[in-house]
Amino acid sequence: MTGMDDFRILKAADSALVFEFGTAIDRKISDRVLGLAEILNNAGLPGATEIVATFRSLCVNYDSLKTTGAELEQAIVALMKGAGTSSQIRRLWEIPVCYDPEFAPDIEEVATRVGLSVAEVAALHAGTQYHVYMIGFVPGYPYMGDLPKQLRLPRRRDPRTRVPPGSLAIATSLTAVYPYESPGGWHLIGTSPVRFFDPDSANGSLLGPGDSVKFRSVAAGEFSRICRAVERDEYEPESREIAT
Amino acid sequence: MIPVLKVIAPGFHTTIQDEGRRGFQHVGVPVSGALDRNGYLLSNALVGNAPGAACLEIIGTGPELEVVGASVRVALIGSAGGGLEIAGRDDAFVGSGRTVRLARGEIARVRLGGDAFCSYLAIEAGFDVPLCLNSRSTYTRARFGGFSGRPLQGGDMLHGFADDAASREEVTFSAPRDLALDQPIRVVLGPQDDYFTALAIEELLQGSYIISPASDRMGFRLAGPELEHKSDYNIVSDSIVGGSIQVPGSKLPIILMADAQTTGGYPKIATVISADLPVLAVRGGGRTVRFQAVSREDAERISRAEHQRLTKMIQDIRPESSKGISLEALYHQNLIDGVVDAKV
Repeated sequence: MTGMDDFRILKAADSALVFEFGTAIDRKISDRVLGLAEILNNAGLPGATEIVATFRSLCVNYDSLKTTGAELEQAIVALMKGAGTSSQIRRLWEIPVCYDPEFAPDIEEVATRVGLSVAEVAALHAGTQYHVYMIGFVPGYPYMGDLPKQLRLPRRRDPRTRVPPGSLAIATSLTAVYPYESPGGWHLIGTSPVRFFDPDSANGSLLGPGDSVKFRSVAAGEFSRICRAVERDEYEPESREIAT
Repeated sequence: MIPVLKVIAPGFHTTIQDEGRRGFQHVGVPVSGALDRNGYLLSNALVGNAPGAACLEIIGTGPELEVVGASVRVALIGSAGGGLEIAGRDDAFVGSGRTVRLARGEIARVRLGGDAFCSYLAIEAGFDVPLCLNSRSTYTRARFGGFSGRPLQGGDMLHGFADDAASREEVTFSAPRDLALDQPIRVVLGPQDDYFTALAIEELLQGSYIISPASDRMGFRLAGPELEHKSDYNIVSDSIVGGSIQVPGSKLPIILMADAQTTGGYPKIATVISADLPVLAVRGGGRTVRFQAVSREDAERISRAEHQRLTKMIQDIRPESSKGISLEALYHQNLIDGVVDAKV
């Protein structure tokens, strides 16, 4: 570990360098991680094989036959010094979601625990614009935040062994959608008809780290209509570029 | 799409794998690919494939395959005692580490032998499955890549890039591959070694661990000395690499392998060096692992030396009839005949 200014460079053997900017889930830290990711992706560092942004650190995978950790560290630190703050173009997505209790097994319990009505929980959740901190856990699973303070709850005491795909979930300061059926300990407050991961598409994942997301509440009828369009590969959620 | 082999019996866990899927970890897609990268490279090199060709990774028990193309050249890499049993032939057993040309209608049973957790079967020109996110590797958890995103099943038709393999002298290695089953697994401490007590670091490096039978392509769970966290065992999730040794609340380490998720919320006490990932991968449930700490610079040196050793091994692939004693051939002969044949 190398102490340097306000970040640390950690080692993952001869496989990767980890640039760590903090220990918390924090929008400012995330912006630094994503900013560095952009710089390194544009620089095309020799020997770097893959750059992975997470909440608070950037993992730079490398091929130890093509470069060394020490060389790469130097090159990256030099790039960091040269970089000014640049505004970045990011994508804002509008994702339909149905918050009806029929599609939201935990929304009534969540409403009771936070002292709001089901409609208020849905309105609060859909009324917030979220930042995609990172994608992980399973392909395409977006960790998004920050959830309005009124909706923050710890994870469920009894995690489910099977969460259906499309489930919209919340826990702590975060919200996410499960692209695949998987185990999960978050509260399920809706279902989205959108496909968040498609291995047959060029990028796989609908969302990327740094994207922004707003949810649009849809009724059961529209939900079913979108589901059918998704099955026919005739649906893509709306998105536009925004400067941050 | 050229049909090459039909799966009569699939074996316990047989998947199509290649060098892995790079460039999608930032959207949560694991690298996947061959667990034992060396075995994968060597099997492809034997049949003359360029790096990157897809082969079969075989875990647990071997498949039974029928040749449906005109002919196909195959090579198995795995345990020294493993090989192909070819029904109806006089020389029915072709040991691992050598090529053999099979004709239409022949049936080969893959026998794994007991040493290697994973074995590799390559065919000349490689298996042909659609590229998925730039790779032919199977990722079973999300059911994509490889053969329909799943392990092989009886009745599957495997396709290749050639219907026929030219007749030529078969080849083997000059010396058998050493699986190094007793070699310490070398690690670089970190990235989160500062989450552990000094005693935990000492336990990791002095202790002996047994790989749990519950281990798979996602991770090798280890049983042995508990590793104490200084305080918290949760961290805000960050990236994982192949060989990350994470320690959850159970205090028992888990080494994350090819299909591990890309991010995780447990501190990682150390990371297996890239050269020793294949050494670890060939040890399965029940085998012992000891760790040894090295510096990152050592790890990089070892990686270069290991690359040279493999390159040399591939350069030294020779026709079976060429002079020099093939220890591997001798070994297989003994297995089949049960006697030492001094004439070999």
